[in-house]
Amino acid sequence: MSSYSATADHANGDPKNYLNWETGIRSWLFTVDHKRIGLMYLFTIMTFFIVGGLAALTIRLELSSAGADFLTPDQYNVLFTLHGAIMIFLFIVPGIPATMGNFLLPLMIGAKDVAFPRLNLLSYYVYVVGAIMALISLFSPIDTGWTFYAPYSLDSGSAVIWMTGAAFILGFSSILTGLNFIVTIHKLRCPGMHWSRLPVFVWATYATAVIQTLATPVVGMTLVLLIAERVFGVGIFDPAMGGDPVLYQHFFWFYSHPVVYIMVLPAFGVIGEIIPVFSRKPLFGYKMVCYASLAIAVVGFLVWAHHMFVSGISDMSAIYFSIITFGVAIPTAIKVFNWVSTMYKGSISLETPMLYAMAFIFLFMIAGTTGIYLATLAVDVFYHDTYFVVAHFHYTIQGGAVIGLIAALHFWFPKMTGKMYNENMARFGWLFIFVGFNLTFLPQFVLGMEGMPRRYFDYLPQFEPMHQLSTIGAFLNGLGYLFVFVNLLWAAFLGKVKAPSNPYNSVSLEWQTQSPPIHENFEEIPVVDEEPYAYGVPVEGGAH
Amino acid sequence: MSSVAEKEVVSGPPHVHHMDSNTAYHAAKLGMWLFLATEILLFGVLFTSFAIYRYEFMDDFQRAALQLDWKLGGLNTLILIFSSFTAALAVDAAQHGNNKRVSKLILVTIACGLIFLGIKYIEYSHKAHLGLFPTFDLGEWSFFGIDFGYVKLFPCPEGAEFCWNSAEFSRDFKMYFGLYYSMTMLHALHVIIGMGLLIWVWTKSRKNRFSSEYYTPVEVGALYWHLVDLIWIYLFPLLYLVD
Repeated sequence: MSSYSATADHANGDPKNYLNWETGIRSWLFTVDHKRIGLMYLFTIMTFFIVGGLAALTIRLELSSAGADFLTPDQYNVLFTLHGAIMIFLFIVPGIPATMGNFLLPLMIGAKDVAFPRLNLLSYYVYVVGAIMALISLFSPIDTGWTFYAPYSLDSGSAVIWMTGAAFILGFSSILTGLNFIVTIHKLRCPGMHWSRLPVFVWATYATAVIQTLATPVVGMTLVLLIAERVFGVGIFDPAMGGDPVLYQHFFWFYSHPVVYIMVLPAFGVIGEIIPVFSRKPLFGYKMVCYASLAIAVVGFLVWAHHMFVSGISDMSAIYFSIITFGVAIPTAIKVFNWVSTMYKGSISLETPMLYAMAFIFLFMIAGTTGIYLATLAVDVFYHDTYFVVAHFHYTIQGGAVIGLIAALHFWFPKMTGKMYNENMARFGWLFIFVGFNLTFLPQFVLGMEGMPRRYFDYLPQFEPMHQLSTIGAFLNGLGYLFVFVNLLWAAFLGKVKAPSNPYNSVSLEWQTQSPPIHENFEEIPVVDEEPYAYGVPVEGGAH
Repeated sequence: MSSVAEKEVVSGPPHVHHMDSNTAYHAAKLGMWLFLATEILLFGVLFTSFAIYRYEFMDDFQRAALQLDWKLGGLNTLILIFSSFTAALAVDAAQHGNNKRVSKLILVTIACGLIFLGIKYIEYSHKAHLGLFPTFDLGEWSFFGIDFGYVKLFPCPEGAEFCWNSAEFSRDFKMYFGLYYSMTMLHALHVIIGMGLLIWVWTKSRKNRFSSEYYTPVEVGALYWHLVDLIWIYLFPLLYLVD
């Protein structure tokens, strides 16, 4: 048992906490409290999640029958671009790090805040500026797809400048957050919190922060060059002027492949936190799980050109990138095996966070194995730019990162709000999301194998049944998210059930302070004297 | 970067001043080093593009580079190296708690930055005079009913040797100067940001904030300034001394 100097359970009174110690709109807008900044991020990105989701549902509705239904082809192009750009740049890249990471990181390492609290607030407002620029681009919508590939992005509408400018600014927000987290983890761990005792979520956040800091400047500068090219006609990416569009792809994917690990690594961390708690067992192979996060971050930098196997790169480099891409499967599989081994012979209780964690493992297995198909050179030539890629990507990002975020929201909800949500409603939402998600994207694997190209407005009649299944699934999926949001918002604002400080009997630090935490997190800086995830270890007064 | 000196005077909100001074110093330094790493990656894209097209259009890049004045570029190099020297001396002075000396040395550093920008301006306007500056063709412009007519910034000067938007203007010249302007303007932006940072350090030194216990802002400010200097040291031979 750790010796915490402040473990008294205040949940029965109505003590001061970070939500009520100061009130009024100014106390939120100018806060430097990492917990409040985390919540502000959460509400902002969730708004964009809904916007991006509605764009997706509109796309699915249009695709439910062949031929034009209620959109023009141009409107369709705009919608899939908005869906991609909003979901990537405004929702899932800040995603778990900016929301849960901000809220949890200092709590988990026993610190009062992140290293640079004012910089943290600045990065939120930088995000807001980026978001506003992205919204401005809606006035003359952009239709390049979220990848802004040159040369088309050089002569399509001028909104490209706004959207790429927005992505550049949002990138800065991401860099500042990553930098802040790295310094925080290095310098602000409480006494006894060695690297070998850090929760896996912190390790995952650290690996993510490294990618955020080192990959994002590259895409930022690339997008600036794209803008310079449009405005000055510099010619770096335009083949008509001697430039090279493949260079754009190299620069773009040098960031945009590692960025999928920015999205999914923190979700790995979340799952690594949830599974030991609901299996009542120490995390199996803790060190390997931590190193696997770092390995994914490092190897993730070396695989970018697997997006470009048909872009005319040399055979030699294609073989290299293919082999290294297979390599990513190793640390990823280590994680999956360790989660499953943790559950083995554990006393598992299937509460909502655990249901999401198990759904994550199932969905991510499909995502990972289909990734192997796409890394295989000969197979990729056929699958490239088909629905197979779309399905694979959504299994990793929605099935991985978004499910991870929703799992985290449920798991840490009592800590963040001091309330409990309705468990049955939450399970109901989980069921809809799980069934709806699979119904949306399993048919898309089949469509891809049959040769349905991605981003097409219209399709051959034989693809219709699968498209219809996919559309039904998408709406079930959307309904699931609606249940989740209503349930959580209701519980947070109108709920009467108070949460104890440690409802799951967890051993990690964030649960040892009151729910919701006090303004300064801990009354006294805690001291850690035991290994992480010490569940089932006999201690004085019974096992955890 | 939380300041210890302030902490002693005012008890600020706990989330701003929550570290002891030693931790705060090391945190600020690590933060700045990480930020410098991101800066290098930012410029890395430009250096990579330059390397690729320099290789592809070897002869044109050499011809284009002749249009630059290596003497002015060299002078600017010396000025920046000197300013880095004064910045380093300022750190030393701060460590000895000599606030007067810090403020003088920082002012010299800022002045060097200003001279650098002045010389850069002379160079750019000379390029514009030769017709080597990109023409900003904005087309017909009206904004909330106010008609600006046909807007064209930096049109080709009469009788200039070159003209950016003419058909005869070599596309490889365009590539070279496109990269030249992208790199030097981004660098100039960093000079301006660095000067802003140094002005902040200067105001603190005027208030006698620095001591052997607390000199974090001088150190991180100087670190940033060294990066600005270092990048120029690479830009100068690449762009000016191609021949």
